[in-house]
Amino acid sequence: MPYASEAAPLVSVVGVTKRFGEMAAVDGVSLEIARGEFFALLGPSGCGKTTLLRMLAGFEVPDAGRILIDGIDMTDVPPYARPVNMMFQSYALFPHMSVRENVAFGLRQERVAKPAIRERVAAVLDLVQMGGLGDRRPHQLSGGQRQRVALARALVKQPKLLLLDEPLAALDRKLREQTQFELVRIQEQVGITFVVVTHDQAEAMTMASRIAVMDRGRLLQIGPPSEVYEAPNSRFVADFIGSVNFLPGTVRATTDRGLLIASTDAGLLRVAGAGATPDGAEVTVALRPEKIAMSRTPASRHDNQCTGVVREIGYLGGFSLFRVALQSGAVLRVSLPNAERSAATQFARDEQVFLSWTSGAGLVLVE
Amino acid sequence: MSAVRVVLVLGYVFLYAPIVSLIVFSFNASRLVTVWAGFSTRWYGELWDNDAIRGAAAISIEVAASAATAALVLGTAAGFALARYRRFRGRLLFLAMVTAPLVMPEVITGLSLLLLFVALESWIGWPQGRGIATIILAHATFGTAFVAIIVQSRLAAFDRALEEAALDLGARPWKVFLVITLPLIAPALITGWLLAFTLSLDDLVIASFNAGPASTTLPMVIFSSVRLGVSPQINALATIFVVAVSILVVTASSLTLRRPQR
Amino acid sequence: MNAPDPMGRRVAIGLPYLWLVVFVLVPFLIVLTISFAESALGIPPYIAPLGFAKGWIPQLRGTLGSYGLILGDSLYLKAYLNSLRFAAVAMLLCLLLGYPMAYAIARAPERWRNPLLMLVILPFWTSFLIRVYAWIGILKTNGLINNLLLWTGIVHEPLPLLNNEFSVELGLVYSYLPFMILPLYATLERMDLSLLEAAADLGATPFRAFLAVTLPLSLPGIAAGAALVFIPAVGEFVIPDLLGGPDTLMIGKVLWDEFFTNRDWPVASAVAVAMLVLLVAPIVLAQHALRKGAESS
Repeated sequence: MPYASEAAPLVSVVGVTKRFGEMAAVDGVSLEIARGEFFALLGPSGCGKTTLLRMLAGFEVPDAGRILIDGIDMTDVPPYARPVNMMFQSYALFPHMSVRENVAFGLRQERVAKPAIRERVAAVLDLVQMGGLGDRRPHQLSGGQRQRVALARALVKQPKLLLLDEPLAALDRKLREQTQFELVRIQEQVGITFVVVTHDQAEAMTMASRIAVMDRGRLLQIGPPSEVYEAPNSRFVADFIGSVNFLPGTVRATTDRGLLIASTDAGLLRVAGAGATPDGAEVTVALRPEKIAMSRTPASRHDNQCTGVVREIGYLGGFSLFRVALQSGAVLRVSLPNAERSAATQFARDEQVFLSWTSGAGLVLVE
Repeated sequence: MSAVRVVLVLGYVFLYAPIVSLIVFSFNASRLVTVWAGFSTRWYGELWDNDAIRGAAAISIEVAASAATAALVLGTAAGFALARYRRFRGRLLFLAMVTAPLVMPEVITGLSLLLLFVALESWIGWPQGRGIATIILAHATFGTAFVAIIVQSRLAAFDRALEEAALDLGARPWKVFLVITLPLIAPALITGWLLAFTLSLDDLVIASFNAGPASTTLPMVIFSSVRLGVSPQINALATIFVVAVSILVVTASSLTLRRPQR
Repeated sequence: MNAPDPMGRRVAIGLPYLWLVVFVLVPFLIVLTISFAESALGIPPYIAPLGFAKGWIPQLRGTLGSYGLILGDSLYLKAYLNSLRFAAVAMLLCLLLGYPMAYAIARAPERWRNPLLMLVILPFWTSFLIRVYAWIGILKTNGLINNLLLWTGIVHEPLPLLNNEFSVELGLVYSYLPFMILPLYATLERMDLSLLEAAADLGATPFRAFLAVTLPLSLPGIAAGAALVFIPAVGEFVIPDLLGGPDTLMIGKVLWDEFFTNRDWPVASAVAVAMLVLLVAPIVLAQHALRKGAESS
């Protein structure tokens, strides 16, 4: 008898593979999701995140591996018998039913008593601030309102696990930002475990407590947003989440202040915090644009410094993005906040500049 | 653009002039269909008293309603098979058999079904002779193809997530079909039934091949009467036809248009 | 979807499959068989080419006689060629009249499109036989047109408008015009109008833009419409029978007469097989190839 303790994970995905024809959409993925988590599956389109979600919902059956929910093997259980509900990307609101009937649909399948249905539907509509619109049909609602109804319909059965397939993709930008925080508020309020699929890294980082990054069917990295951003374990993860410069090089020595790496692009680099790496190993240093300082005169204190020429400037309001050509010909992306309104501090095109960064700024990737 | 609109108007004149002339001369007092001799409804009276036409009309409606209903069931199943099951053994043959009645000249369809019924009679002793039942079977086959195509194209535009959502919320597959899929494709089913009904009501060729002595349908009566010459009673019948069909089609389409599509 | 529903699947495929095998495939095979039968007096009026002598031993008694008759008698060949010609001309006329109509509807203000389209479809829902019949009253010697022409003094003798090639062609175009307009409308309405704006922006006159953009993009609609008109027109029976004369023999009418008048079932079957093999099959295959090509590009 499998006993579900509080410490045990709510969801265990064990070695799951799903093929469509020749292609493996999901390839040997294992992960665990804890109770109460807001978990994000992140990756480019076609990476397998949606297929994995659909296997959690029961719409696809894995070719290999098991899926356990609350300690019970759910691999072959049909969707209608799972303690899981899903909010669809298209919302999938039944067009021939009112908002109230849509939300009540799941409870009616469970044969919940009529007064209880009425009560629970009203409560969940209040939760998503749709209390007054219960008699409307889906086509009479705005995009944001439909999204709320879809969420209410998935929440009302109080599933152990709520799946959200690109929940914000159909909303416009302003509404999306607002809704991100609202989803987090609702998740905290109801305490249900959320698994959200998204291709938008900013969205995943705002909402999720942990992120799983996928590419071509494989799981690359799992961790809290800060870890995935600051300590990516591969070029793909570093590049997919945020912007990054890659500097290839060879390890020359290991010192107490970090590795000394000879880079063909930017001279000798000093990178702290890396594990033991043998001399002569080929590595890549990943360096985020916002971690590079740029000045007209040489920096007084620095671990790494090189000179370059500003080639292009992109003004983005809150910050500016510069493309700086080094002497080697390599181009580094540098982003600087626009702290002052005046343009006096701005750099000009073709200006000679000094770039510097600390030994803790870069990250050594061994692949 | 304006030249194109002129052609459009002329096209409508071309399409409707014969129908309008039929209606106008159905109220003509003279037996001569094309010489106006004053307003009269006498042909409607004579039509009402024409037992051959009334009997044939009753048979035609019985045949059309039964055939359309059978075609609705079979065609809906076939439309589902084509839209939802992308691969199964013999799918190509299935597709060919669904499309065959759509593209085959009616004389061939009619002849082939008649030969089938003759062969069946000699093999299993059924059907004994030909009559209403054989026409219904023939028309049901014909109508199935049309219903299948309509249902298939409606399902192709159907958001599968709606069915998945219902499954996800705890409804079993059959329940999903009944409370989600069926109501949402209902306009296509109504259109399909109406189309099968009209095609059956309108068919001369296939019915002629498969009819027996006691199963003369309305088109067969019209045909033999028209072959003998123009008759004002047929004009009156045509007018009733046009008015009934117009009302039916306009109501049905305005109903389906008013319904939200998604 | 993988959610298993084997029961529904079995019903959805099995039920119509069985029906279609019995009422489409088997009948066609019987037609094929009987086209090789010998005609005879009796009921049914042929000797089955596949028999069982003494109940057990299968026996082949096929004959190519019916096909020989079709090839030998120039009447059949003439009827085939006539059918082809009539259908081809009808197809062309339907295209010439239907294209501008479909174009005008597709470019009309959006709220007008459905009613306009409805007006095209409506005649199709009313009895085909009666619509053909209407033309008799209009075209005959003392019909509407001749009366009008005589009354206005444009002609002094009634024109021969009925029971000739003209009236058959007119009947075909009239009956099958909606089949041309509908697929054309569907492709024209779907067309991305910004393509025309792009062409205009690049300096094309509206006419050039039509030739270079609209026309090629509506080819699938033209092909679909052409097949929808051509195939049934080839096998048409009612129109040549009611509107045609002795010189307007079409193959559908020949088959009908072989069956009902001559009671020669094997020859009627052979005519049907020849019609399928020579006329229908090539078009269906060409259509299929065209659609495949359109999908891959």
